[in-house]
Amino acid sequence: MTDDMTGARIVVHALREQGVDTVFGYPGGAVLPIYDEIFLQSDIRHVLVRHEQGAVHAAEGYARSTGKPGVVFVTSGPGATNSVTGLTDALMDSIPIVVITGQVPTFLIGSDAFQEADTVGITRPCTKHNWLVKDADRLAPTLHEAFHVAVAGRPGPVLVDIPKDVQFASGRYTKANPSNSQYQPSLTADEASIEALVDAIETAQKPLFYTGGGVINSGIKASKLLCQLVDATRFPITSTLMGLGAYPGSGRCWLGMLGMHGLYEANMAMHDCDLMINVGARFDDRITGRIDAFSPHSTKAHIDIDPSSINKIIHVDIPIIGDTAHVLKAVLAFWQSRGCKTNVEGVSDWWRQISEWQKVDCLAYESSCSTIKPQHALARLEALTQERKDRFICTEVGQHQMWAAQYLKFEEPNHWMTSGGLGTMGYGLPASIGVQLAHPDALVINVAGEASWLMNMQEMGTAVQYNLPVKQFILNNERLGMVRQWQELLHQERYSHSWSEALPDFVKLAEAFGAKGIVCKHPDQLDEVIMEMIEYDGPVLVDCLVEKHENCFPMIPSGKPHNEMLLATSASDDGVDEKGAVMV
Amino acid sequence: MAALKIKKGATSRSAYNLRPTFSDDIERHTLAVVVENEPGVLARVIGLFSGRGYNIESLTVAEVDHMGGLSRITIVTNGTPQVITQITAQLSRIVPVREVHDLTVEGATVERELAMFDVAGTGKKRLEALRLADIFRARVVDSTLKSFIFEITGTPEKIDAFAELMRPLGLRELVRTGVAALPRGE
Ligand SMILES: Cc1cc2nc3c(=O)[nH]c(=O)nc-3n(C[C@H](O)[C@H](O)[C@H](O)COP(=O)(O)OP(=O)(O)OC[C@H]3O[C@@H](n4cnc5c(N)ncnc54)[C@H](O)[C@@H]3O)c2cc1C
Ligand SMILES: Cc1ncc(C[n+]2csc(CCOP(=O)(O)OP(=O)(O)O)c2C)c(N)n1
Repeated sequence: MTDDMTGARIVVHALREQGVDTVFGYPGGAVLPIYDEIFLQSDIRHVLVRHEQGAVHAAEGYARSTGKPGVVFVTSGPGATNSVTGLTDALMDSIPIVVITGQVPTFLIGSDAFQEADTVGITRPCTKHNWLVKDADRLAPTLHEAFHVAVAGRPGPVLVDIPKDVQFASGRYTKANPSNSQYQPSLTADEASIEALVDAIETAQKPLFYTGGGVINSGIKASKLLCQLVDATRFPITSTLMGLGAYPGSGRCWLGMLGMHGLYEANMAMHDCDLMINVGARFDDRITGRIDAFSPHSTKAHIDIDPSSINKIIHVDIPIIGDTAHVLKAVLAFWQSRGCKTNVEGVSDWWRQISEWQKVDCLAYESSCSTIKPQHALARLEALTQERKDRFICTEVGQHQMWAAQYLKFEEPNHWMTSGGLGTMGYGLPASIGVQLAHPDALVINVAGEASWLMNMQEMGTAVQYNLPVKQFILNNERLGMVRQWQELLHQERYSHSWSEALPDFVKLAEAFGAKGIVCKHPDQLDEVIMEMIEYDGPVLVDCLVEKHENCFPMIPSGKPHNEMLLATSASDDGVDEKGAVMV
Repeated sequence: MAALKIKKGATSRSAYNLRPTFSDDIERHTLAVVVENEPGVLARVIGLFSGRGYNIESLTVAEVDHMGGLSRITIVTNGTPQVITQITAQLSRIVPVREVHDLTVEGATVERELAMFDVAGTGKKRLEALRLADIFRARVVDSTLKSFIFEITGTPEKIDAFAELMRPLGLRELVRTGVAALPRGE
């Protein structure tokens, strides 16, 4: 008995075997045979986006909120090139995505054929790995390998390029066998490194957990183990933008986000700690600030699955290479077997110091009864939605993104979707669509800036077509707010091209798509509008007209150490020197 | 064919093999990279160096295991210890890369490079070129009445030295293969 079938059918079979239920895509000449197969079946739902970039971001939202890889179909040439921003975004944020691209037939490759692009060449630096499949017999094993590579070790986007003749050709279907793959990143760390960390945990006086996306990547179990370890040691914990939700925002050891726009207490604790336990974070420059002044007195431990993350930017004393869940489990077991010791006295002094920093109340802002302060809008959103366990938040990129990270509390992993590493404006709307498709009954809110939102607004059509009740909560300051803030602080208020002269009427725009639009002009209307947004059963957009010149604080200016951060109350325009201005 | 004889070292997952990375001194390292012979694998390796701003002093590549579909790339690079460690870690991350060895760290190595020199001249210069070639154990692989092509194998330093000597004696053209390296036997 042979399992021969066409390449196109192999694709659909492989997806089914991989447990794929949803594909985001956009058809074209070079993928028509695959679309034909999609038409002939009903287990895999295809979601038609409006732009291929949207497809990849939607797949990212799907992936981040479920822990499963997101899948995308696009055609050759422009379909493939349109997916490049999404692929780069997923690579930077370690999101598992499988993109399947059509390609011109093998016998035309290299001839500048219609809609030919060197897709594997173009996407080589923005995928974890990619393949061009020229033989239908290789298709099934390559697709299975693609799914394996996307999720194994440090997750990331992969791409499989399939020429049209291979989609028509007949080939053998083979089943997945991931243990056969040559790619097997190791998950467990060596014992000596675990022991070194436990030694440090037992004696540290000013310990701090600095956690990141690598906890989320490792799965829900990793977050549970992290909470167990944190609550048992009573060590304070801060997290990067990418790691929010791994430890609950309401947890008693939680200090809030750290970094450039992180909380005062979190950054001060980073600067002054004597033991830093980095769990799945990568010492990004938004975190470290000036490298030579970064946490000068601490012993640094770093748990990461990717050896290239270790000692890349900051030299660490206790490198631990392994998967977060595996490592934390071993650390907990070893620490417990030695009697759960910590330096109780030292740590409570440390907490006393931290509570002094907390009194600074770094998120305080000047309130107003006539204009809507963006912080206030988010505080109300938080108050009116925090009960909802099924709340998922996406963001675009800019000030609103930072405010969302500061003013919303995340209680669980995988409920916060944001573009951190690449900072891609236009990420949030399609991501919210991906999340909503994976969680049809959940409350999915995209906290947006008007400029970012416009970058992929065409996806409102997708939301309407599939009747996805995504909430687009736009903090409209009529400015490229984050850019404007930098120009104010770094370029002596020369506001070069940082505002939009001709914004659309967002309510009419929503209506033109067939969605609901609500405008909110006054602080008194906020609660009502937010409730109306939540209760509306369908895609809805809120145009929330906020203060135009609000700055996002706290802020560590580029090139400054953690203990020189600007607060709303102390901000002056001598924040950044020339050396700092060179940094982004 | 027999399994490749390379010591396990930098690819071991133990972080304790990482070297301290404090020094700012620029070091020259020879890396052996065993890769699956799939299309584009060389582009991935080279793209890594250009994309992340690392240096390549020399690079050689050829299939070494036909049945297993493996090629071996030898890269001579330079950088601070921190950069060199990053390079090996980044190389290890490439999916079709099977093994990465920093031969410079792992112990003594034998390094060889092959070069060919086209040297033109008559009379005294021609004789002198031939005499030096003999001292350097270079072979004459082509000759006309007015020129020689010498083939020489040796360390990159030896080839540099020979090139210096040939330059005033009529060196017209020079080609080098880049370094191939193996760890010495234990
Ligand atoms: C406008 C703007 C402002 C920003 N400001 C801030 C800010 O103030 N504060 C802030 O924190 N961020 C900020 N960011 C985000 C920042 O750019 C980085 O994206 C973020 O800090 C990186 O988070 P991370 O270190 O958790 O790394 P991630 O990118 O999430 O990387 C995860 C790390 O974990 C490792 N890993 C993956 N899987 C596993 C596993 N299973 N086990 C173990 N390890 C694993 C990976 O190898 C990697 O090293 C900002 C972004 C934007 C766009
Ligand atoms: C695709 C893209 N282009 C440019 C930028 C640079 N950038 C970062 S934030 C920002 C302004 C965003 O404005 P808006 O979406 O209105 O959000 P706000 O900062 O006002 O909250 C810009 C232009 C970017 N991050 N992404």
